[in-house]
Parts: sequence; C-alpha cells; structure tokens
Amino acid sequence: MSKQEMALSSAVAKQHNAEKEPKGRSLWADGWRRLRKNRLAMLGLFIIVFMTVLAIFAPYIAPYDPIEQLIWTKGRAAKLAAPNKEHWFGTDLYGRDILSRVIYGTRISLTIAVAASVVSLVIGVTLGAVAGYYGGKVDDFISWLTNVIYAFPFLLFVLSIVAFRPASLALVYIAIGFVSWPSIARVVRGQVLSIKETEFVEAARAVGASDFEIIFRHILPNVIAPVIVQVTLGMGSMIMTEASLTFLGFGTQPPTPSWGYMINQGREYLLSGQWWWSVFPGIAISLTVLGFNLLGDGLRDALDPRLNK
Amino acid sequence: MGAAPLLEVKELVKHFPIYKGWLVSKQIGSVKAVDGISFTINRGETLGLVGESGCGKSTTGRLILRLIEATSGEVWFEGQNVLNLSRDEMRELRKDMQIIFQDPYASLNPRMTVGDIIGEPLRIHGIATGREKEKRVRELLEVVGLSSYHARRYPHEFSGGQRQRIGVARALAVNPKLIICDEPVSALDVSIQAQVINLLQDLQEEYGLTYLFIAHDLSVVKHISDRVAVMYLGKIVELTDKDSLYENPLHPYTKALLSAIPIPDPTLVRERTLLEGDVPSPINPPSGCRFHTRCPVAEEICRHEEPAFVDVGGGHYVACHLVHNK
Repeated sequence: MSKQEMALSSAVAKQHNAEKEPKGRSLWADGWRRLRKNRLAMLGLFIIVFMTVLAIFAPYIAPYDPIEQLIWTKGRAAKLAAPNKEHWFGTDLYGRDILSRVIYGTRISLTIAVAASVVSLVIGVTLGAVAGYYGGKVDDFISWLTNVIYAFPFLLFVLSIVAFRPASLALVYIAIGFVSWPSIARVVRGQVLSIKETEFVEAARAVGASDFEIIFRHILPNVIAPVIVQVTLGMGSMIMTEASLTFLGFGTQPPTPSWGYMINQGREYLLSGQWWWSVFPGIAISLTVLGFNLLGDGLRDALDPRLNK
Repeated sequence: MGAAPLLEVKELVKHFPIYKGWLVSKQIGSVKAVDGISFTINRGETLGLVGESGCGKSTTGRLILRLIEATSGEVWFEGQNVLNLSRDEMRELRKDMQIIFQDPYASLNPRMTVGDIIGEPLRIHGIATGREKEKRVRELLEVVGLSSYHARRYPHEFSGGQRQRIGVARALAVNPKLIICDEPVSALDVSIQAQVINLLQDLQEEYGLTYLFIAHDLSVVKHISDRVAVMYLGKIVELTDKDSLYENPLHPYTKALLSAIPIPDPTLVRERTLLEGDVPSPINPPSGCRFHTRCPVAEEICRHEEPAFVDVGGGHYVACHLVHNK
C-alpha cells in the first residue's frame, strides 16, 4: 500500500469513527449481558414475569370468580372436586375453583413483596447510608439498632405488631418491611464505608462537590447493585413470611384468596386424600420464592463489581 | 528568587488520633503522619517529594488541598492561608489547585461516562454547560492524547495509562495553577510511565502549571523535578535543587536512597549503602533525629537532639547534625 493510499484509508477510518461515535457500555449493560447468559437466572426472571402477568391480568385469565361458591350453581359435585377438565386444580370445600384462587393469590404475594420491599428499602437505605457516611456515634447507634432487630425472632416480632391492631393488609406490609430493613441497612452501610474512601470520591471533593452531590452522584449509584441483589433475595422470604402469617391467621383475612390461607384450610384434608386444596398453592409459593432466589443469585454474579476491573 | 512563591507550607502537622474503647472512648496516642514540615513551590516549577511508603508524603498533598484537615500549621497559596478559608472560599480555590491520583482504577467513578467525569468540575463551578461543556470535554480529551469520541465511554473500557490521562483531563478542566501529582505513575507499566510523565511535562510548558510531584521512585522524580524534597517519617530531611541532590547528597538517608537506584550497566560496581531494619512506627517515632536508628553514621548527639532543618548554602536545606557540625 502506498503512503497516499494509507493516508486515505486512515482518513476514511477517521470519518467512519466520527460518524459512528461508538457509545460506551455501561456497567448495567455489561451486567445484563452476563445475566442473559445465566440460564437459571433467566428461568427465575421468567417465573417472576409469569407470576406478574397472572397477577395483573387475573380477571381475564382465571376461569372462575375466586370467591364464587360454585356449589350453589353447579350442585354438590362442585364441592371438594378432584382436579378435572373443568377445574384443573380441583375445588375446595366451599366449591371454589382452586386454579382461580391460586391465580388471584399471586396478587397478594407480589403486592406484599413489592410493598414490604419499599418499606424496608426506605428505612434500610437511609439508615445504612447515614451510618456509613457520617460514622462515629451515629453509626454506633444505628448499627446497634440494626443488630437488635436482626437478633429478634422475626415471626414473633411481626405477630406481636399485628396482634395489637386489627389485622389489615397495610399493617402486614409495614410489619414485614419493618423487620426486613436491617439486612439492607447492613449492605448499604458496608458499601458506603468502602466507597467513601475511594479516590474518585476524594477527586469529587477536590473538585468542590458538596456532600449531597457526593452521596447522590458518586456513592449511591455504586451501592445500587448489591442492594438490588439483597432486595430480590429478600422478596422470596417476604412472600414466605406473609404465607406463614396468614397460615397462622394473622395475615390476609378471608375470603381474599391468599396462598397461606388456602394451605391452612386444606391441611385438614391432606391426609384424607383431598391433597389438591393445599398442594397447588404450596407449589405456587415454592415456585415464586424459587424464582426470586434464582434471579437474586444470578444478579449477584452478574453485577459483582470485582468482575469489572 | 524575586517573585513570591505560589505555595508556601509552614510547620504543617497532621496527627491522626488513635481511639480505644467502646461507648466511652479514650485517645491513647496518635499517628504522627506529618510532623512539622515547611517548603515553598515557585510558579511554574516542579517540586518532587520523595520518601518510602508511609512517610507522610501523600498525606502532605491531601493536607494542602484540605481533603484532610491539618492539626496545625499554615499553607499559603497566593497570599491566603488555605487552612483558614471558609467552605465557600475553599470551593472557589479548588479551581486553582487540583490533584491527580495514584490508582487509575480507583480514581474514576465506574458508573459515570468519561464525559461526565471530566465535565463534573465544569458543571460544579458553572464554567460551561450544555453544548459548550461537551465541546470543552472533547477538547480536554484531545489535549491529554485521547480521542473526543471517548467521552461517551465508561472507565472500565480503558487501559491504566488511558485512565490516568482521563484523570489528568479532569484535573485540567478547571484551569488550575497548581496540580498535586500523587504518585501518578507508580501504578503504571514502565513503558506507559514515560508517556504520562512526558504528557505532564508538555502540559506544564503549555499552561504554565506548577507541580508538587509525589513519588517513591527517585529516578522518575529526577526526570521531572526542578527541586526535590526527601521525606522520612513525617519530616523533610533534605531539600535542594535537583542537580545538587543527585550530585552531592548530604543527608545519609538521601545517600542511601540514591545508592538504591539501579544502574543499567552490569559492569559498573559502586558502593551501596544498605539500610538495615524497617521504618520505625510513626506512632512512636525515635527521639532526637528520627533516622538515627537506621543511620550508618549516627553519633551520640543524634539520639537526643533533633537536628534543625537549615540552609547550608545555596538553598540546600538539610536536617543532620553531622552536616551542620562539619
């Protein structure tokens, strides 16, 4: 290639570059790429998306009204019917279609997961960030509080909150959220502690950035990834807690279709052969919790900052 | 030297307290990271600051910028004592003083694009916004030897040397007068070190910058500095212009450091001063001259009396009894 040709081709390449201006790949995009390759995580994501779709479109998907007692319209055959063509998951003692109730049950479980997570996020991120950033006595106090709540018997604590007031759904969100914030606060505090000592935070300070700018532009964006992992894993256990509470009679009140309540009612019939009343909601809980755990584990691998160097 | 120096540091001290106890904590001692150092930097010059790790050289850089608050002392920059400035005055001053960090991996926020990183000082000080900011960022990238389209990329897409250039661009964004270079090349490959050093020199010439160049490598400092200060355990032991330091070192510690520089000639045999032992703890520094525990020529007086840091002629400062008494 002659010199002229070379100059020409490099000029063309330059022009090409200027037009294309390749955009950078953010760490989020990188993480998503890694997550997509993780089959188990994608299965988890699929389960969660599937359950969410069921919850949102329940009235269009469910074949029957979840509260309607078919016994009145269809006769005694609709009472405690085993799974059949018309009722895939069978019916319960009151002649309600279990498939429809399981589908409607996603609403309660997912709402609990989201609402209680919001409560625990607000408390956990605020306290964790304050403790990590300001340190000293403030940190001592918050860390002490975190440990106290962490050490408290979880279910007993929620039970005692719920027992004081008439059971309501809002109370269940708040109670579950209130006992789950310590794990988030711990993660946030640890991350803030290490990130505030990094040179890029020092650089921001050297440039004249305020505390507010440092926290919101430099520290928190770097804390989000581990928090997402924590929240996703936490959602599974929140769904379990709601089901346990309802099973014990302190959570969602009948006749609202809730998985925990269905398992509770069906348990007496398990041994006498009418297994479908408890087993199908049980499978639904396991599947949803599995989905959140698989996705959470996958996110942890995908967003691990140590892989980004 | 007719003109007033750009920066004058007087008796700067930083003691980090050590606390013990829970709920009721008690100060049980302090790490004497910087223990009364004084020096000046003239406009347009480069002062090298060398010493072993842990001697307080990086702390000194951060004290000048008030990234760490000093225990006592004065830092005069263009007629004002930096340590007495209010928050707002300090913010204003940050346009004149900047810093380049050692670790090119830790000094750039991984969640921000390079354009946002370099543009941040412009945004904070309201120097440029919108299109103008973008244009300035692209200019800065080209000034440090990168391409303007790099602005849209993220730090993890660059090599160590390139990242360090990004750090330089961020420091340059506010048009500073003084840049504190905190071991800017120690984390880089040797082949890249030279490139970054040359870039710093070119920029100094072009923009009339003044550098405080912190390093533990005497050969790098020799290349870039006009004058060199040698630090040991929180004190400056020798300070003079580059040539007399390398040709005629007076302090035994400086001599030992210089003899440790490898010479790329295997046939050359020279006398080497090997230092024995480790650097003593800065929590409990030795009495008298701090170097006496490792000094090959220490005498009785060195154990008891701290040597003064005085000019022994021609701006060659040294703190050593043996030199003073000669």
